[in-house]
Amino acid sequence: MSEKIDHDSYSDAYLRTLLNSVKSVAVVGASPNWNRPSYFVMKYLQDKGYRILPVNPRATGEEILGEKVYASLAEIPGDFDMVDIFRNSEVAGTVTDEAVELAGSKNIKAIWMQLTVRNDDAAARAEAAGLQVVMDRCPKIEFGRLNSELSWGGFNSKVISAKRRKVRIG
Amino acid sequence: MSQDKSQKFGFETRMIHAGAQPEPVTGARQTPIHQNTSYVFHDAEHAASLFNLQTFGFIYSRLTNPTVAVLEERIASLEDGRGSTCCASGHAAQLLAFFALMEPGDSFIASNRLYGGSITQFGKTFKKFDWRVKFVDVDDPQNVRDALTPDCKAIFVESLANPGGVISDLEALSNIAKDAGIPLIVDNTMATPYLCRPFEWGADLVVHSTTKFLSGNGTSLGGCVVDSGNFDWAQNDKFPGLAAPEPAYHGLNFYETFGDMAFTTHAHAIGLRDLGSTMAPMNAFQTILGCETLALRMERHCENAKKVAEFLEGHPAVAWVSCAALPSSPYHALAQKYMPKGAGSVFTFGVKGGYDAGIKVVESCEIFSHLANIGDARSLILHPASTTHRQLSEEQQNAAGAGPDVIRLSIGLETLDDLIADLDQAISNA
Ligand SMILES: Cc1ncc(COP(=O)(O)O)c(C=O)c1O
Repeated sequence: MSEKIDHDSYSDAYLRTLLNSVKSVAVVGASPNWNRPSYFVMKYLQDKGYRILPVNPRATGEEILGEKVYASLAEIPGDFDMVDIFRNSEVAGTVTDEAVELAGSKNIKAIWMQLTVRNDDAAARAEAAGLQVVMDRCPKIEFGRLNSELSWGGFNSKVISAKRRKVRIG
Repeated sequence: MSQDKSQKFGFETRMIHAGAQPEPVTGARQTPIHQNTSYVFHDAEHAASLFNLQTFGFIYSRLTNPTVAVLEERIASLEDGRGSTCCASGHAAQLLAFFALMEPGDSFIASNRLYGGSITQFGKTFKKFDWRVKFVDVDDPQNVRDALTPDCKAIFVESLANPGGVISDLEALSNIAKDAGIPLIVDNTMATPYLCRPFEWGADLVVHSTTKFLSGNGTSLGGCVVDSGNFDWAQNDKFPGLAAPEPAYHGLNFYETFGDMAFTTHAHAIGLRDLGSTMAPMNAFQTILGCETLALRMERHCENAKKVAEFLEGHPAVAWVSCAALPSSPYHALAQKYMPKGAGSVFTFGVKGGYDAGIKVVESCEIFSHLANIGDARSLILHPASTTHRQLSEEQQNAAGAGPDVIRLSIGLETLDDLIADLDQAISNA
Protein backbone atom coordinates (compact mmCIF):
# COMPACT_ATOMS: atom_id res chain seq x y z
CA MET A 1 0.00 0.00 0.00
CA SER A 2 1.43 3.32 -1.06
CA GLU A 3 -0.88 5.74 0.76
CA LYS A 4 0.01 6.24 4.43
CA ILE A 5 -3.06 6.20 6.62
CA ASP A 6 -3.25 8.72 9.47
CA HIS A 7 -4.76 6.77 12.35
CA ASP A 8 -5.51 9.94 14.30
CA SER A 9 -7.84 11.25 11.61
CA TYR A 10 -9.38 9.06 8.92
CA SER A 11 -10.77 10.72 5.85
CA ASP A 12 -14.45 10.19 5.09
CA ALA A 13 -13.43 8.76 1.71
CA TYR A 14 -11.21 6.10 3.32
CA LEU A 15 -13.96 4.94 5.69
CA ARG A 16 -16.68 5.10 3.05
CA THR A 17 -14.70 3.07 0.53
CA LEU A 18 -13.85 0.48 3.14
CA LEU A 19 -17.42 0.13 4.43
CA ASN A 20 -18.76 -0.06 0.88
CA SER A 21 -16.29 -2.77 -0.17
CA VAL A 22 -16.86 -5.07 2.79
CA LYS A 23 -19.67 -7.63 2.78
CA SER A 24 -18.89 -10.02 5.64
CA VAL A 25 -17.56 -9.16 9.09
CA ALA A 26 -16.15 -11.52 11.72
CA VAL A 27 -16.90 -9.96 15.13
CA VAL A 28 -14.37 -10.99 17.78
CA GLY A 29 -15.72 -10.60 21.30
CA ALA A 30 -19.31 -10.94 20.14
CA SER A 31 -21.75 -11.01 23.05
CA PRO A 32 -25.04 -12.93 22.99
CA ASN A 33 -26.58 -10.35 25.37
CA TRP A 34 -28.90 -7.93 23.61
CA ASN A 35 -27.79 -4.91 25.64
CA ARG A 36 -24.03 -5.24 25.04
CA PRO A 37 -22.30 -2.88 22.60
CA SER A 38 -21.10 -5.70 20.30
CA TYR A 39 -24.66 -6.94 19.93
CA PHE A 40 -25.82 -3.43 18.96
CA VAL A 41 -23.18 -3.24 16.27
CA MET A 42 -23.88 -6.74 14.87
CA LYS A 43 -27.60 -6.09 14.78
CA TYR A 44 -27.14 -2.83 12.92
CA LEU A 45 -24.62 -4.15 10.43
CA GLN A 46 -26.82 -7.18 9.75
CA ASP A 47 -29.79 -4.87 9.10
CA LYS A 48 -27.64 -2.98 6.62
CA GLY A 49 -26.93 -6.15 4.66
CA TYR A 50 -23.60 -7.25 6.08
CA ARG A 51 -23.09 -10.91 6.94
CA ILE A 52 -21.87 -11.04 10.52
CA LEU A 53 -19.86 -13.97 11.87
CA PRO A 54 -19.68 -13.93 15.68
CA VAL A 55 -16.50 -15.16 17.37
CA ASN A 56 -16.48 -15.89 21.11
CA PRO A 57 -14.97 -19.04 22.66
CA ARG A 58 -17.26 -18.68 25.66
CA ALA A 59 -20.39 -18.73 23.54
CA THR A 60 -19.68 -21.58 21.15
CA GLY A 61 -22.65 -23.81 20.51
CA GLU A 62 -24.92 -20.76 20.68
CA GLU A 63 -26.32 -18.62 17.93
CA ILE A 64 -26.25 -14.80 17.87
CA LEU A 65 -28.75 -13.10 15.57
CA GLY A 66 -29.24 -16.38 13.73
CA GLU A 67 -25.51 -16.89 13.13
CA LYS A 68 -23.43 -19.70 14.58
CA VAL A 69 -20.78 -18.57 17.10
CA TYR A 70 -17.21 -19.68 16.36
CA ALA A 71 -14.40 -20.18 18.88
CA SER A 72 -11.79 -18.46 16.72
CA LEU A 73 -11.25 -16.78 13.38
CA ALA A 74 -9.55 -19.95 12.07
CA GLU A 75 -12.72 -21.97 12.69
CA ILE A 76 -14.89 -19.82 10.44
CA PRO A 77 -15.49 -21.81 7.26
CA GLY A 78 -15.03 -19.87 4.04
CA ASP A 79 -13.95 -16.30 3.37
CA PHE A 80 -14.76 -13.09 5.21
CA ASP A 81 -13.76 -9.51 4.43
CA MET A 82 -13.21 -7.78 7.75
CA VAL A 83 -12.44 -8.51 11.40
CA ASP A 84 -14.15 -6.22 13.94
CA ILE A 85 -12.47 -6.44 17.35
CA PHE A 86 -14.33 -5.95 20.64
CA ARG A 87 -11.36 -6.79 22.88
CA ASN A 88 -8.86 -4.58 24.74
CA SER A 89 -5.97 -3.02 22.84
CA GLU A 90 -3.44 -5.67 23.88
CA VAL A 91 -5.59 -8.65 22.91
CA ALA A 92 -6.46 -6.79 19.73
CA GLY A 93 -2.79 -7.20 18.78
CA THR A 94 -3.01 -10.99 19.04
CA VAL A 95 -6.28 -11.06 17.13
CA THR A 96 -4.75 -8.88 14.41
CA ASP A 97 -1.79 -11.25 14.07
CA GLU A 98 -4.18 -14.19 13.75
CA ALA A 99 -6.05 -12.33 11.03
CA VAL A 100 -2.83 -11.49 9.18
CA GLU A 101 -1.91 -15.18 9.32
CA LEU A 102 -5.29 -16.14 7.85
CA ALA A 103 -5.53 -13.23 5.41
CA GLY A 104 -4.38 -15.24 2.40
CA SER A 105 -6.56 -18.31 2.97
CA LYS A 106 -9.70 -16.38 4.05
CA ASN A 107 -9.35 -13.34 1.79
CA ILE A 108 -9.41 -10.94 4.74
CA LYS A 109 -9.07 -7.32 3.60
CA ALA A 110 -9.46 -5.22 6.73
CA ILE A 111 -9.07 -5.00 10.51
CA TRP A 112 -11.37 -2.76 12.51
CA MET A 113 -10.76 -2.03 16.20
CA GLN A 114 -13.67 -0.64 18.19
CA LEU A 115 -13.88 2.64 20.12
CA THR A 116 -11.11 2.85 22.78
CA VAL A 117 -9.26 -0.07 21.14
CA ARG A 118 -5.99 0.92 19.50
CA ASN A 119 -2.77 -0.99 18.83
CA ASP A 120 -0.46 0.88 16.47
CA ASP A 121 2.21 -1.86 16.29
CA ALA A 122 -0.36 -4.46 15.29
CA ALA A 123 -1.85 -2.00 12.78
CA ALA A 124 1.58 -1.52 11.19
CA ARG A 125 2.01 -5.31 10.87
CA ALA A 126 -1.42 -5.65 9.26
CA GLU A 127 -0.78 -2.78 6.86
CA ALA A 128 2.58 -4.30 5.90
CA ALA A 129 0.64 -7.44 5.01
CA GLY A 130 -1.65 -5.39 2.74
CA LEU A 131 -4.67 -5.10 5.03
CA GLN A 132 -6.58 -1.89 5.70
CA VAL A 133 -6.89 -0.83 9.34
CA VAL A 134 -9.28 1.38 11.33
CA MET A 135 -8.80 1.86 15.07
CA ASP A 136 -10.75 3.49 17.91
CA ARG A 137 -13.89 3.82 15.82
CA CYS A 138 -17.22 2.01 15.59
CA PRO A 139 -18.41 0.75 12.19
CA LYS A 140 -22.03 1.29 13.18
CA ILE A 141 -21.39 4.92 14.09
CA GLU A 142 -19.30 5.52 10.97
CA PHE A 143 -21.82 3.86 8.66
CA GLY A 144 -24.60 5.89 10.27
CA ARG A 145 -22.56 9.09 10.12
CA LEU A 146 -21.63 8.73 6.46
CA ASN A 147 -25.19 7.83 5.46
CA SER A 148 -26.94 10.66 7.36
CA GLU A 149 -28.54 8.28 9.85
CA LEU A 150 -26.47 9.54 12.78
CA SER A 151 -27.92 12.97 12.11
CA TRP A 152 -31.37 11.62 12.97
CA GLY A 153 -30.27 11.40 16.59
CA GLY A 154 -29.04 15.00 16.71
CA PHE A 155 -25.36 14.18 16.17
CA ASN A 156 -22.77 16.26 14.40
CA SER A 157 -21.90 14.13 11.38
CA LYS A 158 -19.54 16.78 9.96
CA VAL A 159 -20.86 15.77 6.56
CA ILE A 160 -21.97 18.72 4.45
CA SER A 161 -23.30 18.09 0.97
CA ALA A 162 -25.83 19.61 -1.41
CA LYS A 163 -26.23 16.27 -3.18
CA ARG A 164 -29.23 14.01 -2.79
CA ARG A 165 -27.97 11.16 -0.65
CA LYS A 166 -28.28 7.50 -1.45
CA VAL A 167 -28.71 5.33 1.61
CA ARG A 168 -27.32 1.83 1.44
CA ILE A 169 -30.09 -0.28 2.89
CA GLY A 170 -29.86 -4.05 3.24
CA MET B 1 -12.07 8.71 22.34
CA SER B 2 -10.45 10.34 19.37
CA GLN B 3 -13.30 11.32 17.11
CA ASP B 4 -11.96 13.60 14.42
CA LYS B 5 -12.87 17.06 15.70
CA SER B 6 -11.22 18.99 12.91
CA GLN B 7 -13.40 21.66 11.35
CA LYS B 8 -13.44 21.22 7.63
CA PHE B 9 -16.02 23.89 6.88
CA GLY B 10 -16.26 27.50 8.00
CA PHE B 11 -18.88 28.84 10.41
CA GLU B 12 -21.02 30.49 7.73
CA THR B 13 -21.10 27.33 5.63
CA ARG B 14 -22.16 25.29 8.64
CA MET B 15 -24.85 27.76 9.74
CA ILE B 16 -26.52 27.23 6.37
CA HIS B 17 -25.78 23.58 5.60
CA ALA B 18 -25.00 21.54 8.71
CA GLY B 19 -27.59 18.82 9.26
CA ALA B 20 -29.59 19.64 6.13
CA GLN B 21 -28.88 17.69 3.00
CA PRO B 22 -31.56 17.67 0.31
CA GLU B 23 -34.52 15.52 1.31
CA PRO B 24 -33.64 12.16 -0.28
CA VAL B 25 -37.03 11.18 -1.69
CA THR B 26 -38.28 14.46 -3.19
CA GLY B 27 -35.04 16.46 -3.48
CA ALA B 28 -36.59 19.33 -1.52
CA ARG B 29 -33.72 21.67 -0.70
CA GLN B 30 -35.10 23.58 2.26
CA THR B 31 -35.73 21.43 5.32
CA PRO B 32 -39.30 20.08 5.25
CA ILE B 33 -41.48 20.70 8.31
CA HIS B 34 -42.25 17.19 9.47
CA GLN B 35 -45.49 18.09 11.22
CA ASN B 36 -45.91 14.50 12.24
CA THR B 37 -46.11 12.47 15.42
CA SER B 38 -45.16 8.88 14.51
CA TYR B 39 -43.23 6.82 11.99
CA VAL B 40 -44.17 3.54 10.31
CA PHE B 41 -41.96 0.55 11.16
CA HIS B 42 -40.72 -1.80 8.42
CA ASP B 43 -41.75 -4.76 10.55
CA ALA B 44 -41.87 -5.94 14.17
CA GLU B 45 -38.14 -6.64 14.17
CA HIS B 46 -37.35 -3.11 13.01
CA ALA B 47 -39.62 -1.70 15.71
CA ALA B 48 -37.81 -3.77 18.35
CA SER B 49 -34.39 -2.58 17.14
CA LEU B 50 -35.52 1.02 17.31
CA PHE B 51 -36.91 0.68 20.82
CA ASN B 52 -33.70 -1.08 21.89
CA LEU B 53 -31.68 1.84 20.41
CA GLN B 54 -29.87 -0.68 18.21
CA THR B 55 -30.57 1.15 15.01
CA PHE B 56 -30.98 4.82 14.07
CA GLY B 57 -34.43 5.98 13.10
CA PHE B 58 -37.64 7.63 14.18
CA ILE B 59 -40.31 6.20 16.45
CA TYR B 60 -42.36 9.02 17.88
CA SER B 61 -41.80 12.78 17.82
CA ARG B 62 -41.61 13.12 21.60
CA LEU B 63 -38.17 11.48 21.22
CA THR B 64 -36.94 12.59 17.81
CA ASN B 65 -38.34 14.31 14.73
CA PRO B 66 -36.60 14.84 11.36
CA THR B 67 -37.02 18.63 11.35
CA VAL B 68 -35.90 18.97 14.95
CA ALA B 69 -32.95 16.67 14.18
CA VAL B 70 -31.72 19.08 11.49
CA LEU B 71 -31.66 21.91 14.02
CA GLU B 72 -29.93 19.66 16.54
CA GLU B 73 -27.12 18.84 14.14
CA ARG B 74 -26.95 22.50 13.05
CA ILE B 75 -26.42 23.77 16.59
CA ALA B 76 -24.07 20.89 17.49
CA SER B 77 -21.98 21.79 14.46
CA LEU B 78 -21.92 25.52 15.25
CA GLU B 79 -20.75 24.78 18.79
CA ASP B 80 -18.36 22.10 17.48
CA GLY B 81 -19.94 19.57 19.81
CA ARG B 82 -20.65 15.87 19.38
CA GLY B 83 -24.43 16.14 19.41
CA SER B 84 -27.31 18.13 20.77
CA THR B 85 -30.84 17.72 22.06
CA CYS B 86 -33.43 20.36 21.26
CA CYS B 87 -36.38 20.88 23.54
CA ALA B 88 -39.32 23.16 24.24
CA SER B 89 -37.49 26.15 25.80
CA GLY B 90 -34.26 27.30 27.36
CA HIS B 91 -35.60 26.30 30.74
CA ALA B 92 -36.43 22.84 29.44
CA ALA B 93 -32.82 22.59 28.23
CA GLN B 94 -31.52 23.39 31.70
CA LEU B 95 -33.79 20.77 33.25
CA LEU B 96 -32.71 18.24 30.62
CA ALA B 97 -29.01 18.95 31.20
CA PHE B 98 -29.24 18.44 34.96
CA PHE B 99 -31.64 15.51 34.66
CA ALA B 100 -28.89 13.27 33.26
CA LEU B 101 -26.41 14.28 35.97
CA MET B 102 -28.33 14.63 39.22
CA GLU B 103 -29.73 12.21 41.77
CA PRO B 104 -31.93 13.36 44.65
CA GLY B 105 -29.74 14.96 47.32
CA ASP B 106 -27.05 16.03 44.83
CA SER B 107 -25.92 19.62 44.51
CA PHE B 108 -24.41 21.93 41.92
CA ILE B 109 -22.73 25.31 41.89
CA ALA B 110 -24.16 28.17 39.82
CA SER B 111 -23.14 31.74 39.25
CA ASN B 112 -25.19 34.26 41.23
CA ARG B 113 -25.35 36.35 38.04
CA LEU B 114 -27.81 34.50 35.84
CA TYR B 115 -31.03 35.24 34.04
CA GLY B 116 -33.50 35.74 36.92
CA GLY B 117 -35.72 32.92 35.70
CA SER B 118 -32.78 30.53 35.98
CA ILE B 119 -32.08 31.61 39.54
CA THR B 120 -35.69 30.85 40.40
CA GLN B 121 -35.74 27.54 38.49
CA PHE B 122 -32.56 26.34 40.23
CA GLY B 123 -33.21 27.76 43.66
CA LYS B 124 -36.92 27.09 44.05
CA THR B 125 -38.24 24.52 41.58
CA PHE B 126 -35.22 22.19 41.46
CA LYS B 127 -35.49 22.00 45.25
CA LYS B 128 -38.64 19.94 44.75
CA PHE B 129 -36.49 17.21 43.15
CA ASP B 130 -34.10 17.53 46.11
CA TRP B 131 -31.48 19.03 43.83
CA ARG B 132 -29.58 21.71 45.73
CA VAL B 133 -27.92 24.73 44.19
CA LYS B 134 -25.22 26.91 45.69
CA PHE B 135 -25.07 30.37 44.10
CA VAL B 136 -21.63 31.92 44.23
CA ASP B 137 -19.88 34.98 42.84
CA VAL B 138 -17.78 33.26 40.15
CA ASP B 139 -15.68 36.35 39.42
CA ASP B 140 -13.28 35.00 42.02
CA PRO B 141 -12.70 31.34 41.05
CA GLN B 142 -11.63 30.63 44.62
CA ASN B 143 -15.27 31.06 45.65
CA VAL B 144 -16.12 28.12 43.38
CA ARG B 145 -13.33 25.93 44.79
CA ASP B 146 -14.49 26.74 48.31
CA ALA B 147 -18.06 25.77 47.48
CA LEU B 148 -17.17 22.32 46.08
CA THR B 149 -18.53 19.34 48.01
CA PRO B 150 -18.43 15.58 47.24
CA ASP B 151 -22.10 15.60 46.17
CA CYS B 152 -21.51 18.50 43.71
CA LYS B 153 -22.26 17.32 40.15
CA ALA B 154 -21.71 20.39 37.97
CA ILE B 155 -20.76 24.05 37.69
CA PHE B 156 -23.20 26.28 35.76
CA VAL B 157 -22.52 29.77 34.38
CA GLU B 158 -23.64 32.04 31.56
CA SER B 159 -20.83 32.91 29.13
CA LEU B 160 -22.25 36.41 28.81
CA ALA B 161 -24.67 36.93 31.66
CA ASN B 162 -28.21 38.27 31.41
CA PRO B 163 -29.05 41.09 32.05
CA GLY B 164 -25.83 42.77 31.28
CA GLY B 165 -22.18 43.16 30.76
CA VAL B 166 -20.83 40.29 32.88
CA ILE B 167 -18.53 37.66 31.36
CA SER B 168 -17.52 34.39 33.02
CA ASP B 169 -13.88 33.28 33.04
CA LEU B 170 -14.61 29.98 31.29
CA GLU B 171 -11.04 28.71 31.21
CA ALA B 172 -10.47 29.18 34.94
CA LEU B 173 -13.85 27.62 35.74
CA SER B 174 -13.28 24.64 33.47
CA ASN B 175 -9.98 23.92 35.23
CA ILE B 176 -11.79 23.82 38.54
CA ALA B 177 -14.46 21.53 37.09
CA LYS B 178 -11.81 19.21 35.63
CA ASP B 179 -9.99 18.94 38.96
CA ALA B 180 -13.29 18.08 40.64
CA GLY B 181 -14.25 15.51 37.97
CA ILE B 182 -17.50 17.30 37.14
CA PRO B 183 -18.76 19.01 33.97
CA LEU B 184 -18.82 22.75 33.37
CA ILE B 185 -22.19 23.73 31.88
CA VAL B 186 -22.31 27.05 30.03
CA ASP B 187 -25.46 28.89 29.01
CA ASN B 188 -24.30 30.42 25.72
CA THR B 189 -27.65 32.04 24.86
CA MET B 190 -26.53 35.66 25.00
CA ALA B 191 -23.25 35.16 23.12
CA THR B 192 -24.32 32.48 20.59
CA PRO B 193 -21.72 30.17 19.06
CA TYR B 194 -20.81 32.95 16.63
CA LEU B 195 -19.33 35.10 19.38
CA CYS B 196 -18.18 32.50 21.89
CA ARG B 197 -17.42 28.77 21.73
CA PRO B 198 -17.34 27.46 25.30
CA PHE B 199 -16.03 24.00 24.29
CA GLU B 200 -12.81 25.63 23.09
CA TRP B 201 -12.29 26.82 26.67
CA GLY B 202 -12.97 23.45 28.25
CA ALA B 203 -16.72 23.53 28.88
CA ASP B 204 -18.39 20.10 28.71
CA LEU B 205 -22.05 20.96 28.04
CA VAL B 206 -23.62 24.07 26.51
CA VAL B 207 -27.26 25.06 26.91
CA HIS B 208 -29.20 27.52 24.82
CA SER B 209 -32.45 29.31 24.86
CA THR B 210 -32.91 29.18 21.08
CA THR B 211 -35.82 31.56 21.69
CA LYS B 212 -33.28 34.39 21.52
CA PHE B 213 -30.60 35.06 18.89
CA LEU B 214 -30.59 31.63 17.25
CA SER B 215 -34.17 32.05 16.02
CA GLY B 216 -33.60 35.79 16.06
CA ASN B 217 -37.08 36.89 15.18
CA GLY B 218 -39.20 36.42 18.28
CA THR B 219 -41.35 33.69 16.73
CA SER B 220 -40.42 30.51 18.55
CA LEU B 221 -39.68 29.22 22.01
CA GLY B 222 -36.94 26.62 22.08
CA GLY B 223 -33.95 25.24 23.89
CA CYS B 224 -30.97 23.04 23.24
CA VAL B 225 -28.38 21.05 25.23
CA VAL B 226 -25.13 20.50 23.33
CA ASP B 227 -22.65 17.86 24.46
CA SER B 228 -18.96 18.31 23.67
CA GLY B 229 -18.46 14.55 23.77
CA ASN B 230 -15.27 15.15 25.76
CA PHE B 231 -16.38 14.37 29.31
CA ASP B 232 -15.41 10.95 30.68
CA TRP B 233 -18.57 9.94 32.55
CA ALA B 234 -16.85 6.85 33.96
CA GLN B 235 -13.88 8.67 35.59
CA ASN B 236 -15.63 8.49 38.97
CA ASP B 237 -18.90 7.12 40.31
CA LYS B 238 -20.70 10.47 40.28
CA PHE B 239 -22.81 9.86 37.15
CA PRO B 240 -24.63 6.54 37.44
CA GLY B 241 -27.34 7.63 34.99
CA LEU B 242 -24.74 7.74 32.22
CA ALA B 243 -22.01 5.32 33.27
CA ALA B 244 -23.80 2.59 35.25
CA PRO B 245 -26.64 0.25 34.21
CA GLU B 246 -29.61 2.60 33.76
CA PRO B 247 -32.77 1.14 35.34
CA ALA B 248 -34.91 3.46 33.17
CA TYR B 249 -33.54 1.64 30.09
CA HIS B 250 -33.42 -2.06 31.05
CA GLY B 251 -29.97 -1.77 32.58
CA LEU B 252 -28.27 -0.28 29.53
CA ASN B 253 -24.94 1.39 30.30
CA PHE B 254 -25.10 4.44 28.04
CA TYR B 255 -21.45 5.47 28.23
CA GLU B 256 -20.16 1.98 27.54
CA THR B 257 -22.58 1.46 24.66
CA PHE B 258 -22.57 4.88 23.01
CA GLY B 259 -19.20 6.33 24.06
CA ASP B 260 -19.04 10.04 23.28
CA MET B 261 -22.65 9.89 22.07
CA ALA B 262 -23.89 8.77 25.50
CA PHE B 263 -25.16 12.09 26.81
CA THR B 264 -27.13 13.03 23.71
CA THR B 265 -28.58 9.53 23.38
CA HIS B 266 -29.62 9.59 27.04
CA ALA B 267 -31.12 13.07 26.70
CA HIS B 268 -33.42 11.82 23.93
CA ALA B 269 -34.11 8.24 24.96
CA ILE B 270 -34.77 9.00 28.63
CA GLY B 271 -34.78 12.80 29.05
CA LEU B 272 -37.28 13.72 26.36
CA ARG B 273 -39.07 10.39 26.64
CA ASP B 274 -39.90 10.92 30.30
CA LEU B 275 -39.84 14.70 30.78
CA GLY B 276 -41.77 15.22 27.55
CA SER B 277 -40.41 18.71 26.87
CA THR B 278 -40.14 18.25 23.11
CA MET B 279 -39.50 21.05 20.62
CA ALA B 280 -42.29 21.53 18.08
CA PRO B 281 -41.26 20.90 14.43
CA MET B 282 -42.55 24.31 13.35
CA ASN B 283 -40.42 25.99 16.00
CA ALA B 284 -37.42 23.98 14.85
CA PHE B 285 -38.04 25.17 11.29
CA GLN B 286 -38.23 28.83 12.32
CA THR B 287 -35.03 28.41 14.28
CA ILE B 288 -33.28 26.70 11.37
CA LEU B 289 -34.13 29.78 9.28
CA GLY B 290 -32.68 31.96 12.02
CA CYS B 291 -29.43 29.99 12.13
CA GLU B 292 -28.91 30.58 8.41
CA THR B 293 -28.21 34.28 9.04
CA LEU B 294 -26.70 34.08 12.52
CA ALA B 295 -23.24 35.47 11.71
CA LEU B 296 -24.60 38.42 9.74
CA ARG B 297 -27.14 39.30 12.38
CA MET B 298 -24.71 38.99 15.30
CA GLU B 299 -22.24 41.29 13.60
CA ARG B 300 -24.89 43.98 13.23
CA HIS B 301 -26.36 43.34 16.70
CA CYS B 302 -22.90 43.87 18.21
CA GLU B 303 -22.08 46.89 16.10
CA ASN B 304 -25.38 48.62 16.92
CA ALA B 305 -25.13 47.72 20.61
CA LYS B 306 -21.62 49.09 20.98
CA LYS B 307 -22.61 52.38 19.35
CA VAL B 308 -25.72 52.70 21.52
CA ALA B 309 -23.65 51.94 24.63
CA GLU B 310 -21.13 54.61 23.65
CA PHE B 311 -23.95 57.10 23.13
CA LEU B 312 -25.43 56.33 26.54
CA GLU B 313 -22.06 56.53 28.28
CA GLY B 314 -21.66 60.05 26.93
CA HIS B 315 -25.20 61.14 27.85
CA PRO B 316 -25.37 63.64 30.73
CA ALA B 317 -28.55 62.09 32.19
CA VAL B 318 -27.15 58.55 32.26
CA ALA B 319 -25.62 57.44 35.58
CA TRP B 320 -23.81 54.34 34.38
CA VAL B 321 -23.59 51.77 31.55
CA SER B 322 -22.68 48.10 32.02
CA CYS B 323 -21.58 46.75 28.67
CA ALA B 324 -18.50 44.58 28.20
CA ALA B 325 -17.89 46.10 24.77
CA LEU B 326 -16.90 49.38 26.45
CA PRO B 327 -13.28 49.82 27.57
CA SER B 328 -14.67 51.20 30.85
CA SER B 329 -16.17 47.80 31.72
CA PRO B 330 -14.36 45.66 34.30
CA TYR B 331 -15.20 42.73 32.01
CA HIS B 332 -13.69 44.29 28.89
CA ALA B 333 -10.53 42.15 29.03
CA LEU B 334 -12.57 38.95 29.44
CA ALA B 335 -14.76 40.05 26.52
CA GLN B 336 -11.70 40.39 24.30
CA LYS B 337 -10.49 36.96 25.33
CA TYR B 338 -13.75 34.99 25.09
CA MET B 339 -15.77 36.93 22.51
CA PRO B 340 -13.37 38.99 20.40
CA LYS B 341 -15.93 39.45 17.59
CA GLY B 342 -18.24 41.35 19.91
CA ALA B 343 -19.77 41.35 23.37
CA GLY B 344 -23.35 40.70 22.34
CA SER B 345 -26.21 43.15 22.18
CA VAL B 346 -27.83 42.90 25.60
CA PHE B 347 -26.63 45.26 28.29
CA THR B 348 -27.84 47.48 31.09
CA PHE B 349 -27.74 51.10 32.10
CA GLY B 350 -29.16 53.40 34.76
CA VAL B 351 -30.43 56.96 34.54
CA LYS B 352 -29.68 59.58 37.14
CA GLY B 353 -33.25 59.77 38.41
CA GLY B 354 -33.11 56.15 39.69
CA TYR B 355 -36.13 53.81 39.75
CA ASP B 356 -38.86 56.31 38.81
CA ALA B 357 -36.90 57.92 35.99
CA GLY B 358 -35.96 54.45 34.71
CA ILE B 359 -39.59 53.36 34.49
CA LYS B 360 -40.33 56.61 32.65
CA VAL B 361 -37.60 55.89 30.08
CA VAL B 362 -38.98 52.41 29.46
CA GLU B 363 -42.49 53.74 28.97
CA SER B 364 -41.43 56.65 26.74
CA CYS B 365 -39.78 54.59 24.00
CA GLU B 366 -41.46 54.47 20.59
CA ILE B 367 -39.24 52.04 18.67
CA PHE B 368 -37.93 49.94 21.55
CA SER B 369 -40.58 47.39 22.53
CA HIS B 370 -41.29 47.05 26.22
CA LEU B 371 -41.34 43.29 26.64
CA ALA B 372 -39.64 40.36 28.35
CA ASN B 373 -37.39 38.85 25.73
CA ILE B 374 -33.94 39.35 24.27
CA GLY B 375 -32.25 38.53 20.98
CA ASP B 376 -34.97 39.73 18.63
CA ALA B 377 -34.43 41.59 15.34
CA ARG B 378 -36.43 44.34 17.09
CA SER B 379 -34.85 46.41 19.84
CA LEU B 380 -36.25 45.65 23.26
CA ILE B 381 -36.29 47.46 26.60
CA LEU B 382 -37.16 46.24 30.06
CA HIS B 383 -36.94 47.04 33.74
CA PRO B 384 -35.69 43.69 35.17
CA ALA B 385 -36.36 44.40 38.86
CA SER B 386 -40.09 44.63 38.23
CA THR B 387 -40.29 41.87 35.60
CA THR B 388 -37.76 39.11 34.76
CA HIS B 389 -35.95 39.37 38.10
CA ARG B 390 -39.06 40.14 40.14
CA GLN B 391 -39.15 36.84 42.07
CA LEU B 392 -35.68 37.53 43.48
CA SER B 393 -34.89 39.16 46.82
CA GLU B 394 -33.42 42.65 46.60
CA GLU B 395 -30.03 41.24 47.57
CA GLN B 396 -30.26 38.66 44.76
CA GLN B 397 -31.38 41.37 42.34
CA ASN B 398 -28.37 43.51 43.16
CA ALA B 399 -26.01 40.52 42.92
CA ALA B 400 -27.48 39.61 39.53
CA GLY B 401 -27.01 43.14 38.21
CA ALA B 402 -30.74 43.78 38.23
CA GLY B 403 -31.09 46.35 40.97
CA PRO B 404 -33.97 48.88 41.18
CA ASP B 405 -32.47 51.47 38.79
CA VAL B 406 -31.33 48.99 36.11
CA ILE B 407 -32.73 49.16 32.56
CA ARG B 408 -31.97 46.30 30.18
CA LEU B 409 -31.64 46.80 26.43
CA SER B 410 -31.53 44.18 23.72
CA ILE B 411 -30.33 46.05 20.68
CA GLY B 412 -31.88 44.95 17.42
CA LEU B 413 -31.11 45.38 13.74
CA GLU B 414 -32.90 48.68 13.05
CA THR B 415 -31.13 51.79 11.73
CA LEU B 416 -28.68 52.87 14.41
CA ASP B 417 -29.60 56.57 14.29
CA ASP B 418 -33.25 55.75 14.89
CA LEU B 419 -32.39 53.71 17.98
CA ILE B 420 -30.21 56.46 19.41
CA ALA B 421 -32.84 59.10 18.67
CA ASP B 422 -35.53 57.02 20.39
CA LEU B 423 -33.49 56.52 23.54
CA ASP B 424 -32.48 60.18 23.54
CA GLN B 425 -36.09 61.38 23.46
CA ALA B 426 -37.11 58.81 26.09
CA ILE B 427 -34.33 59.89 28.44
CA SER B 428 -35.18 63.57 27.94
CA ASN B 429 -38.78 62.73 28.78
CA ALA B 430 -37.85 61.05 32.04
C1 LIG C 1 -29.59 33.59 29.38
C2 LIG C 1 -30.91 32.89 29.36
N1 LIG C 1 -30.96 31.59 29.65
C3 LIG C 1 -32.14 30.92 29.65
C4 LIG C 1 -33.33 31.55 29.39
C5 LIG C 1 -34.61 30.76 29.41
O1 LIG C 1 -35.01 30.51 28.12
P1 LIG C 1 -36.54 30.24 27.68
O2 LIG C 1 -37.28 31.51 27.93
O3 LIG C 1 -36.42 29.87 26.25
O4 LIG C 1 -37.03 29.13 28.55
C6 LIG C 1 -33.33 32.91 29.07
C7 LIG C 1 -34.61 33.59 28.77
O5 LIG C 1 -34.81 34.73 28.96
C8 LIG C 1 -32.08 33.59 29.05
O6 LIG C 1 -32.03 34.90 28.77
